[in-house]
Amino acid sequence: MIGISYRYNPAQMPADTILKAHLVLSSRFENIEVAERALVDLCEQAGFSGDDSYWLVTALREAAANAIRHGNKQNLDLDVVIDYRIEDNEVTIQIEDEGEGFDLADVPNPTDPGYLLRPSGRGIFYMRQFMTRVEFSRTPGGGTAVEMTRRLEPETRSATDEK
Amino acid sequence: MKSEIRDVNDVRIIELSGKITIGTGDVKIRELVDSSLEEGQMKILLDLAGVTAIDSSGIGEMVACYTTVTKREGQLKLLRLSPKINDILHVTQLITVFDVLDNVQEGLAAFK
Repeated sequence: MIGISYRYNPAQMPADTILKAHLVLSSRFENIEVAERALVDLCEQAGFSGDDSYWLVTALREAAANAIRHGNKQNLDLDVVIDYRIEDNEVTIQIEDEGEGFDLADVPNPTDPGYLLRPSGRGIFYMRQFMTRVEFSRTPGGGTAVEMTRRLEPETRSATDEK
Repeated sequence: MKSEIRDVNDVRIIELSGKITIGTGDVKIRELVDSSLEEGQMKILLDLAGVTAIDSSGIGEMVACYTTVTKREGQLKLLRLSPKINDILHVTQLITVFDVLDNVQEGLAAFK
């Protein structure tokens, strides 16, 4: 049982239209593929280049994996909620879990020499590398909300955007 | 993720393809490297030419494998990175940790 609520306008949109999607996923790693598929669909509708989609997906997968593993601790009774929004050349992805939250100050820089050979702890670093802005906050229920934005340069949109 | 294994002289070449991501590919890498060590294969080339994506869990497993192999006095090197995987190794600064070779011939020669 995947447990998906998925809605967005599938029509090919003019450039000034907002594209949105909303997913509610149970806390399984397999559902990261569902989250990726939704984002790729939106990026295709928006006419983004394959490179832009690739790095957006990379950041999304990290945030979703963190929500499932560290936030909800793979508890299938807890959901991960993802909202996507593409407006003009800006992509915003918000991901919320139902976990107990965490202190960002406790997360070391994985490129520090003492941490370079650690097998984990690179997820947030990935997100910050591939998105323009990444902000963390607490949800009203005490979980973690992360909002990530990537602003794309107009020339990175493909010719299909002009149709 | 898919994998194929072949041995050239005393070098184990593990060809990986697809996604190396959390919950699937990351664990598979560990299994492949652990079984190679158990078979006495201490020189390992991870051929990443067919890898389309690698997340932080996949990178983490590669680092863990590197550490395991090195502790056993073996060698693990990377072969044929795609431009995007190369970018990821640079931003994570792991490019300073791994030996990266461009083709099989170079990879085999790097162990001598």
